[in-house]
Amino acid sequence: MVTTTALADARSVAAQVTDPEMPMLTLEDLGVLRDVAEDDGRVVVTITPTYSGCPAMATMRDDLQHRLLDAGYDDVQVRVSLSPAWSSDWITDRGRRALAEHGISPPGAAPAGGPVVLDLLPTRRAVRCPRCGADGVRLVSEFGATACKAVYTCGACLETFDHVKEI
Amino acid sequence: MTDDHDSVYDGLLGEDDSHWAFGTSFEDPLAGVDTTIPDGADPATLATYCLMLGDDALVYSHRLSQWASNAPDLEDDIALANTALDLLGQARLLLARAAAADPSAVPAMPEGSPVPAEDSLAFFRDEPAFRNLRFVEPENGDFAVTIARLLVFSTYRLALLERLASSSDPVLSAIAAKGVKEVAYHRTYAGRWFVTLAQGTPESRRRLEAALPLVWRHHDELFATHPVEADAAAQGVGVDPAGLAGEVGAVLDQVLATAGVERPEVPSAGPVAGGRGRDGRHTEHLSRLLAEMQSVARAHPRGQW
Repeated sequence: MVTTTALADARSVAAQVTDPEMPMLTLEDLGVLRDVAEDDGRVVVTITPTYSGCPAMATMRDDLQHRLLDAGYDDVQVRVSLSPAWSSDWITDRGRRALAEHGISPPGAAPAGGPVVLDLLPTRRAVRCPRCGADGVRLVSEFGATACKAVYTCGACLETFDHVKEI
Repeated sequence: MTDDHDSVYDGLLGEDDSHWAFGTSFEDPLAGVDTTIPDGADPATLATYCLMLGDDALVYSHRLSQWASNAPDLEDDIALANTALDLLGQARLLLARAAAADPSAVPAMPEGSPVPAEDSLAFFRDEPAFRNLRFVEPENGDFAVTIARLLVFSTYRLALLERLASSSDPVLSAIAAKGVKEVAYHRTYAGRWFVTLAQGTPESRRRLEAALPLVWRHHDELFATHPVEADAAAQGVGVDPAGLAGEVGAVLDQVLATAGVERPEVPSAGPVAGGRGRDGRHTEHLSRLLAEMQSVARAHPRGQW
């Protein structure tokens, strides 16, 4: 039996586990941590992948299990939830500030649902350089060092920086 | 707050469970997902249908990953590798879904083998058991061929996944809804490069015009409904690809018109020994691809680290 207080504590332990690729973000701030609940005496943590092929999922699962074990929860299960699919809108305001402070441009609003319309023009985003704040930035590639990021260059300070994509 | 990631070597040196050498410790990408078969669906049909879509993603992912370190520039190297990674993720989920729906679809492994079902399906099936379209098999060719093929494939797959998001199987529906967001980026990438190559230099246009007929030979196969696809659609779990032709054609025509390139008129590749990719009849390209992809796993069926 996991008491209500113990469950709240387990939730705060899980909420402090960080993303392996972007350690300035907790899994909670990234929106990957969906739920911490009790099921028949065990702590059940539910996470959702950012991208189908996200190689960090195994590490996240291991980290959650290991941190909860260290905190005294010896019966922990980490479940994956695929639906609803992760959206960059789930990154919290605190997470967005943490990204910007570490030189990563946070995402804008995710596209609305419905049919995906073909767009052959360059992607337009209201992106500012997270280092110098200039808005004269250039998209280098829609694909970056991890599946969730695009690459930009700042026209003012000439730094290259990552932008978390809207999905 | 303690840092879980002090050193990348910690994970290798720790006293963790031993890992199947070709997978991760995340044995089952569907861990904790309810994989009950929906009412009205036949498990074997659902499993074969998942193999079809999963094999498309797996084979094409492996093919695209061959661009890693070979692309024209670093940005495209990373873009193609990311595209391959998204498709590999979709393949893992779809193969795991196939295994959960019908365990008899998974090749038998030696007693005590650490190989999870998805890896067993990926590395231990022979060529005739693969149900992917022949469209995804050919060698990459040059960058123009790669872009032309990626444009057609991602347009087809996006239309397919958008409909599959309404599947009566909640697992397939979730995999599809997730995949739509990813494949939308692939189509955008290929569409923009297609227009850029068409309107770039005489050489880039020449290459693109030469690429298109090569890719188009297998175009009709995308929309040729296999009996398993028809059954899956009738049972509410799958999508009949014949119904995608109009929408896919409209999107491709839009890209071709923007690029100022004519839709090629080439004869379709015929069946092989009376069958097509969905029947397990493949081009010679697949056997070489599988030999590369599967040889290490097969040499070490108990490989652990």
